[in-house]
Amino acid sequence: MNDATDTQAAPEAKPATDEPLVDPASLKMTARNVDVYYGDKQAIDDVSIDIGMDNVTAFIGPSGCGKSTFLRTLNRMNDTIPIARTSGQIELDGEDIYDPDMDVVQLRARVGMVFQKPNPFPKSIYENVAYGPRIHGLAGSKSELDQIVEKSLIRAGLFEEVKDRLDDSGTALSGGQQQRLCIARAIAVDPEVILMDEPCSALDPIATAKIEELIHELRGKYAIVIVTHNMQQAARVSQRTAFFHLGNLVEYGETSELFTNPHQERTKDYITGRYG
Amino acid sequence: MPRSSEHTVKAFDDDIGELRALVSEMGGLAETAIGDAIHALTRHDLETANRILDEDVRIDELEAEVERLAVRLIALRAPLADDLREAVAAIKIATVLERIGDYAKNIAKRVPIFDHRVDIEPLSILPAMAQIVQEMVHNVLDAFAARDAEMARMVIERDSAVDDFYDSLFRALLTYMMENSHNITQSTHLLFIAKNLERVGDHATNIAEMVYFAATGEYLEDRTAGETHMADIEELEE
Repeated sequence: MNDATDTQAAPEAKPATDEPLVDPASLKMTARNVDVYYGDKQAIDDVSIDIGMDNVTAFIGPSGCGKSTFLRTLNRMNDTIPIARTSGQIELDGEDIYDPDMDVVQLRARVGMVFQKPNPFPKSIYENVAYGPRIHGLAGSKSELDQIVEKSLIRAGLFEEVKDRLDDSGTALSGGQQQRLCIARAIAVDPEVILMDEPCSALDPIATAKIEELIHELRGKYAIVIVTHNMQQAARVSQRTAFFHLGNLVEYGETSELFTNPHQERTKDYITGRYG
Repeated sequence: MPRSSEHTVKAFDDDIGELRALVSEMGGLAETAIGDAIHALTRHDLETANRILDEDVRIDELEAEVERLAVRLIALRAPLADDLREAVAAIKIATVLERIGDYAKNIAKRVPIFDHRVDIEPLSILPAMAQIVQEMVHNVLDAFAARDAEMARMVIERDSAVDDFYDSLFRALLTYMMENSHNITQSTHLLFIAKNLERVGDHATNIAEMVYFAATGEYLEDRTAGETHMADIEELEE
């Protein structure tokens, strides 16, 4: 799991040209031949994919297709599940993230995650954002920490709404605000990649629109990967979409192409609502 | 392109079926109108000519209906992939069919100009030309109904025969006008009619391109590259 230059079989993408889907210059993460097992059950089967820095990548697919499982391999979140076993090669900037010497805490700071249900700590808004930078030693002083908190809240589009009550509990915010707080918390440790697992599924349409706008704003600053059940959302926020089915990566392509002219029959059946 | 299965939401299939039925109905009316118009012209049948003018209203209504239904489908069902392409194609095809209806109407309006005494020889070529464009319209709608890209492509290939007809009619009418200046008015009307038919052929070709795209998601390469028909030249000047 260490040969970064070995370009094995490209992902099952079907670009119209021979150009790679992800510009090598913007390549952030690569996965090659990844398998994941939960006990005896194979959840991910030989998935290879490139994640670019310059865009938002969406993972779509029916429940149980493995898209969340695969997302969680990208920052070794599956390590927390005792029966989960991952093989294959996943690299972040050419560095093998499953290398025994990899500091997992550090990895998860570089590859942050936002979950389906907003999960702020039962602490103040300020503390929710300050926690990460503090334990990672990113701030040398209180004023520096204040700056990081403010900047992160601004980037997450939440600052204006909470600037006068930073000491209030994070859990007292509305669902949409809590989710943006969680994004601010992820941003605060200055990650390179942000993984979002159904970040809007518990939110109303207005809060969803705010998160989508935020994703749009964050594009380019971070490599963003979002898992969503909502195909319209994938179409709205992403530039590339990967369709997973039964643990396989069926198709990976430009979002505009995949939703207007999918190349695989299974993709077409799924996105047009003919699945199953 | 064969469908793998029905939509999980059955009402979606119903909506698409309704949209397709409307387009087919429109196509049937437009196709008949073209044939009838030429028939009325050659037999000086004023009654049929008037009926065509009346029926064009129905074609216009159907166009509005297709548009309403397609917009509703897009808004409420958020179609994707081939469903989306089909909804967009339906709107575009309806617009083109409405134009074809207008050409039939134009031809019908000229019927009173030609009475029984006139015997312009090029008039006898028009039914054969009309036959081809009518078949093109008919086949391209069959292709739409069957989502058959290959059939659509074959329709496009027939357009050059229509252009050839137009070219030869153009020359014949020009000769006719030069021979006798009394022929100019009627020859000019015939030329317009021939041009209308030629445009119907072009529109059938446009529909074929839309059907091809709806069925495959790919655009057909430009068919006219390198060809210079009289018909094409005049379009540039239009």
